[in-house]
Amino acid sequence: MNILGEIALLFGKLSLLAVGGANSTVPELAQVVVNQKHWLTASQFAQLYAIANTAPGPNVILVTVIGAHVAGVVGGLLATLCMVLPAGIVAAMVAALFNKHRQARWRRVAQASLLPLTAGLVLATSYVLVRQSDTGWLTALLTAATTLLAWRTRLHPLWMFGAGALLGLVFLN
Amino acid sequence: MAGIMGFGGVLPIIRRMIVDERGWLSQQEFSELFSLCQSLPGANVVNLSFAFGAREAGVSGAAAAMCGLMSAPVAIVLGLGGLYTRYGGLAPVRHALLGLAATAAGLVLGTSLRIAVPIVKSWRNAALALAVFGLAVGLHVSLPYIVLIVLPLSVYLSWRAVT
Repeated sequence: MNILGEIALLFGKLSLLAVGGANSTVPELAQVVVNQKHWLTASQFAQLYAIANTAPGPNVILVTVIGAHVAGVVGGLLATLCMVLPAGIVAAMVAALFNKHRQARWRRVAQASLLPLTAGLVLATSYVLVRQSDTGWLTALLTAATTLLAWRTRLHPLWMFGAGALLGLVFLN
Repeated sequence: MAGIMGFGGVLPIIRRMIVDERGWLSQQEFSELFSLCQSLPGANVVNLSFAFGAREAGVSGAAAAMCGLMSAPVAIVLGLGGLYTRYGGLAPVRHALLGLAATAAGLVLGTSLRIAVPIVKSWRNAALALAVFGLAVGLHVSLPYIVLIVLPLSVYLSWRAVT
């Protein structure tokens, strides 16, 4: 299969599995693009993730940078469309349906039963990213400090990114 | 729909535009729509704009909402990605990016703790979340199978709990 076909298939599938948001798919995505297809190294994956997070916009643009890195601008656009369209269409249809049955029991069951999946998947995502980006004591320290700041304070992420990039530039030489 | 720019998450900006400035939805309606989109698969904010656009103006509304939300960020990140592909190997760039990646990982972990800690306060959710985590990172089970294994169990348990 050609590379664009592989991209469309991979992200189209991930779209409908992204329980709790695009970030939930990171372990699966890393497994496929790093370990199976060898499109990226683990460190490149972590860096592209950081770029997508630093850029303005929804964090689903992670798939845009990965697609573009693998197959150029067309790959990036294709990955984005395949990632957002299937899930978006489902969301629009379910939203219309839920609007009709506001208090139904099955609706609350459905929402409650997805919560633990979201919790487990976002933690798995964190684990993968921490492992990928940890290249020594300084990066480990940076990760630990940012974790505390993001968990406990409302500091704007841009300050953290700025400090992280600067510290990397100065101390990783 | 206006092009939207947001660093590190667009949700607060979208909320302000739709609820406070334009009055398209009430706060209550917005929260309901967002919690629904959060529990469905896909990028939360993209789903929200899709569902909102479709409700207001059908297929063309959904398409317009998505283009408005995505086109500027996609263009920017394509530019950044191109720079990375060309200059990512240079030593200073690489060092800054390593620092950036470590920061991003910490940001995700901190945000995940914020999301997960309130959820896993019940033993049922904690056990299910632990199962998902173990299957994903311990056994490298692929995402479709994780959903197939854990979701029915979760639906069964919350069916008994929710009255």
